[in-house]
Amino acid sequence: METFAAFTYLVASVLFILALRGLSHPETARQGVNFGVIGMGIAIVTTLMLPQVGSFFWVLIAIGIGGGIGTYIARSIDMTALPQLMAAFHSLVGLAAVFVAVSAFYSPEAFGIGTAEKIKLASLIELSIGLAIGAITFTGSIIAWGKLQGTISGKPVVFGGQHTLNGALGALLVLLILLLCVTQSAFFFWLIVLLALALGVLMIIPIGGADMPVIVSMLNSYSGWAAAGIGFTLHNNLLIITGALVGASGAILSYIMCKGMNRSFLNVLLGGFGGDTAAAGASEHDPDRQAKIGAAEDAAYIMKNASKVIIVPGYGMAVAQAQHALREMADLLKKEGVEVTYAIHPVAGRMPGHMNVLLAEANVPYDEVFEMEDINREFAQADVAYVIGANDITNPSAKNDPASPIYGMPVLDVEKAGTVLFVKRSMGSGYAGIDNPLFFEDNTMMLLDDAKKMTEDILKAME
Amino acid sequence: MANERSVQDSVDEIKALLAEATEKAATLPAEIAEPVTSGQPYFIVGLTVFVLACFVGYHVVWRVTPALHSPLMGITNAISSVIIVGAIVAVWPEGGGFSMFGFLAVILASVNIFGGFIITKRMLSMFKKKGA
Repeated sequence: METFAAFTYLVASVLFILALRGLSHPETARQGVNFGVIGMGIAIVTTLMLPQVGSFFWVLIAIGIGGGIGTYIARSIDMTALPQLMAAFHSLVGLAAVFVAVSAFYSPEAFGIGTAEKIKLASLIELSIGLAIGAITFTGSIIAWGKLQGTISGKPVVFGGQHTLNGALGALLVLLILLLCVTQSAFFFWLIVLLALALGVLMIIPIGGADMPVIVSMLNSYSGWAAAGIGFTLHNNLLIITGALVGASGAILSYIMCKGMNRSFLNVLLGGFGGDTAAAGASEHDPDRQAKIGAAEDAAYIMKNASKVIIVPGYGMAVAQAQHALREMADLLKKEGVEVTYAIHPVAGRMPGHMNVLLAEANVPYDEVFEMEDINREFAQADVAYVIGANDITNPSAKNDPASPIYGMPVLDVEKAGTVLFVKRSMGSGYAGIDNPLFFEDNTMMLLDDAKKMTEDILKAME
Repeated sequence: MANERSVQDSVDEIKALLAEATEKAATLPAEIAEPVTSGQPYFIVGLTVFVLACFVGYHVVWRVTPALHSPLMGITNAISSVIIVGAIVAVWPEGGGFSMFGFLAVILASVNIFGGFIITKRMLSMFKKKGA
């Protein structure tokens, strides 16, 4: 049975790899998910057949309850709430890892890692690492969820000696793991849980809302490492392989997001970005220069007479739920013979690929949506850049003002378009708290209103 | 092709590392170096699998198109809940009794598995080509 299980687990691992591979193209992706589902099914059925499993009944009840909740949530959730949902899901993986570690600690015989209070050293080390990462993922994801949902303020929480405190707690965590290994005492086991839970909170509170794409990816990665840690404990290759796949995936996404902001991973983790840095760069623009403020009718006229329009969506579009109105506007323009495309910055929105999903939800064909590096050259030939709910990712000072906090960050070259139509609720600065000199350019027209309302007004004016 | 060569190199590197580690492992306390059937401690086997899987993950994920990064997150979330295999064993181990922690772990992991796969399918069903 053991050999058979090892074999079917291998099959499941390969199916998971194929599931990820499918995502290289939208056409193959749906099949990829099916591979994933089959792999998971094989893994669960195999496990149920293992001789260590004493009773099916409670397992099936639990799968029924959990599956019901998961299905309900995934069916009913709004696509704009995706980033929060992902954070919430990561927290569950973290907590599940903690619970498995607790079970293994209290009944090691069931997992073949020793007997009570005499757990094998190697297993105990792996167990405590999986436990700690799981607990950090759990509370860290809850804080990230709160920030994305708006339950907790998105502003970074910073206090003196924060990094020293976190460093000290991290060191203490390692010490506790050593103590646990030596004493096998439940006291140290629970102390590790408490400390790791606290560390998860402390690690995420200094990080601002705009850095959440990195954090969501990082927690994604952690949930993988936690699974791998448990896999080492349970001598289960399937868990190790899957954990490594997920860990690598989250790490790569974090890297891509960091690169999109031209910041190092450490810089994001240390946090505090996007708080009160408004002073920086504020002296840059001449206070006498006035921004041109336009009305929906002006924007409608300009766009109707354009031959090429590039739409630049940002988080504001998601908040205002403007994607459907936006697509209707694009349809009308296309009917008038205007070429419409979309430009997506890697960190637009609050999670990797956030904008792509929202546009897809509004029935925008994916072959009209382009990544930054593929479309940036085309702004020079575009008549209109329609910036909706984005700000920092279009800020030209990232290119030409070395004093700017976002200097060096890759941005969309919207200012090269004939006219920049900038939909924004107010003249305020973006998440990074930086002035955008683009507002005061001669070819920029500010459209000050809610993204959805403004787009609908333009639509009306066009008809 | 460059990728294949680098993978080959890494495999060789890992093999060398593995040989060295196996030698060293023999001198470790018997407690850690618990032999499995192949005569190697499980930790080394697990580590080999882990490192190789990291490489596979690295190469596969870099090929994922940026447009599908949200579904990628959904699917990785679902498959990382394969931790359920540990939880299932914990619920009612043979010769033991009911474990609340195991039971809760299975519930949590199931929420993720169903939720993760369904939300990913929902996202992917929205991605359509022009004119479709």
